[in-house]
Amino acid sequence: MNDDEVERMDVMERIDEAVKSHPVIIFMKGTPQMPQCGFSSRAAQALMQCGEEFAYVNVLSDPEIFQNLPRYADWPTFPQIYINGELIGGCDITLEMFETGELQTAIKDAVAHNKEA
Amino acid sequence: MNMQNQIERQLTASFNPSVLEVINESHMHHGPPGRESHFKVTVVSEQFEGKRLIERHRIVNQALSTELPSIHALALHTLTPEEYKARAGKVPDSPACKGGSKA
Repeated sequence: MNDDEVERMDVMERIDEAVKSHPVIIFMKGTPQMPQCGFSSRAAQALMQCGEEFAYVNVLSDPEIFQNLPRYADWPTFPQIYINGELIGGCDITLEMFETGELQTAIKDAVAHNKEA
Repeated sequence: MNMQNQIERQLTASFNPSVLEVINESHMHHGPPGRESHFKVTVVSEQFEGKRLIERHRIVNQALSTELPSIHALALHTLTPEEYKARAGKVPDSPACKGGSKA
């Protein structure tokens, strides 16, 4: 294994750890308070409106994650939203799920389950 | 061929859509005139029947795997003909830019 491969494995583990240790996490450009992209902003807003705490990673401040996250779940774009360790999609899917109420239910279930565990 | 036509051609070939709308929204974002960075795509196809949103987006992303690396953003709305009818053809507006691509 060369250095690049070692580095890539490390970052994949870091991503995996972040995804699996939070019931709800968004990888976004900027932060929920200071989003740097309209799509990230909207997705984070939808999550905030669900009324539960969620984790976030600012991919603009972590070039390694920025570069490797698309490979992690084979998803080419940002933001990426994970609930219970599973990718639910990007901004458009998150918003559609918010409108149908599916997002609120999924997040509440994930957070409640996480508290029990 | 410009990017808009190329996206249209790929999606037509892959999904035989009953409605296909590819809009170049690059003017809403930073950059020189005539750029092809931001697109909004609405695809209505029977092939989405029985598929979750994430699966629909995945197969569209796959169909555009040649184009995606060259563009910055793709707003994607994937509907079955029935869903499209139920919404009276309305899809959400794309968000305004917040300048992150400059970072």
